[in-house]
Amino acid sequence: MIRLDHVAAAYDHHRVLNDVSFHVHEDQFTGIVGPSGAGKTTLLRLLLATLKPVEGTVWRAPNLRTAYVPQLETVSWNFPITVFECVLMSRKTSRLMPWATNKEKKEVAAVLERLGIADLAQRHIRELSGGQQQRMFLARALLRQPQVLLLDEPTSGVDVSTRHDILHLLADLHEDGMAIVLTTHDLNGMATHLPHLVCVNHRIVADGTPSQVITSEVLENTFGARMEVLEHLGMRVVVDEAPTPFTPGLRN
Amino acid sequence: METLLEPLSYAFFQKGLFVASLSGALLGLIGVYIVLRGMSYIGHGLSHSIFGGFAAMQLFAAQFYAIGAGLWGIASALAITTVTKRSRVGADAAIGVITIASFALGVALFAKFGTSGPSFENALFGSILGISTGQIIGLVAVTILTSAFVLLRYRALLFSTFDPDVAKVSGVNVGRIEAALMVVLSLAILATLTVIGVTLVAAMLVIPAVIARMLTDSFGRMLAYSTVIGMLSGLIGMYLSYYAGVPSGTMIVLVGAALFIVVLASTGGRGLRRSAGLDSHSEDLVAEKSA
Repeated sequence: MIRLDHVAAAYDHHRVLNDVSFHVHEDQFTGIVGPSGAGKTTLLRLLLATLKPVEGTVWRAPNLRTAYVPQLETVSWNFPITVFECVLMSRKTSRLMPWATNKEKKEVAAVLERLGIADLAQRHIRELSGGQQQRMFLARALLRQPQVLLLDEPTSGVDVSTRHDILHLLADLHEDGMAIVLTTHDLNGMATHLPHLVCVNHRIVADGTPSQVITSEVLENTFGARMEVLEHLGMRVVVDEAPTPFTPGLRN
Repeated sequence: METLLEPLSYAFFQKGLFVASLSGALLGLIGVYIVLRGMSYIGHGLSHSIFGGFAAMQLFAAQFYAIGAGLWGIASALAITTVTKRSRVGADAAIGVITIASFALGVALFAKFGTSGPSFENALFGSILGISTGQIIGLVAVTILTSAFVLLRYRALLFSTFDPDVAKVSGVNVGRIEAALMVVLSLAILATLTVIGVTLVAAMLVIPAVIARMLTDSFGRMLAYSTVIGMLSGLIGMYLSYYAGVPSGTMIVLVGAALFIVVLASTGGRGLRRSAGLDSHSEDLVAEKSA
């Protein structure tokens, strides 16, 4: 569906990504992990074609429908808009009058219902919790009926319960046949639950299943810090190795 | 009642009332996008820039001064957009340099060569009484064009104002929408310049939109409220200017400011919260782009 071959990306001649090759297939459910500033969002922008590579080639299937869920931090929450208006804006119309038709109202209601926020349609976006805001943007993306869904840090700033809900929701969408690529720096809460991971730090450090990628060596190469990897109920758990242990009472 | 109806017996006042209401509605409508995009300063800058084109055209083809000033304004708006996108100069600095230099050129040309069109004072502060039939037709045409643009491109305009990055991904041609908005804004400023004046147009772009924001959390309603508030400011301001004997543009802005105070007092903290950080979106984008 999308193919990056030996791609490099830069902002103002400052290279952010080098020699990246990455393919998005129909059955993809991938997490891009890496430290802040490693080029995770840049990789998403290359996939979305909102950023042109300075080297390499990007190929996208003709008429491919993609949708994007941005980081919550990049949104102006004081913008005068209700949940209904926000979701509807992604629906193209060729009508002269801009207001929603009955068919469009039903479509928005159905997608809000699926995401469990149907009763919030007339609320202002600032009145929602972090999880509800994330669901609203997912609803806006789903209204486009995308083949590929790209999400930037979808679990950033949400509680554990909401994180589980979002993960299950994304798994359901993937089951329905949607390719999903997301960025995250949440290793235990998100990355280890995904079927496929790509570790990025200005280049692709490693690529594979969590059991192949979540190792002390790969994580140190990706994040530049020692981390211990444990096994718990068949899943990988990452533990930070503190450089110096904290000893209470040292100040006195 | 007779006192209220008295000015309506004069044809010049009827014309003035129509022009003032339409100008207020037009600026109120387009002002919503200007305020929400954090571009209030561009409205201020463009009105001054157009004044430069206005003065320059007096030298070469005075009969076409409106067309020349319009093209000058559009060129200034596109120059600001280009300079901001292609260099490290911020939008506020680009507006400051391009538009105020244009205004200074206009003042210099007026001072050196005089004018065969509207006077210097009329251009600065507006004069509804001096408005010609051609200018009224121009104002009506720009209002129809602006309304059609807002209606036909409603969702694309909203999407590119709220979330330009996602709008691009969703198939909205954000660059074209922004350029079209700049052209419409330049035409709206030009059409209302002789009614409200160079120095006061910027205020009428901002005040109705800010009042509307204090009244609602819905974008659709904000657009409607801002248009009506702009129209009411024009209507009431024109009436009061007749009795007070002051320029109409001044009174229209003062009525808008009075409405702002009334709405602020009645909505209290809720209104302030709604209008706080109206342009924070653009700051977010600037921060994101520079990261």
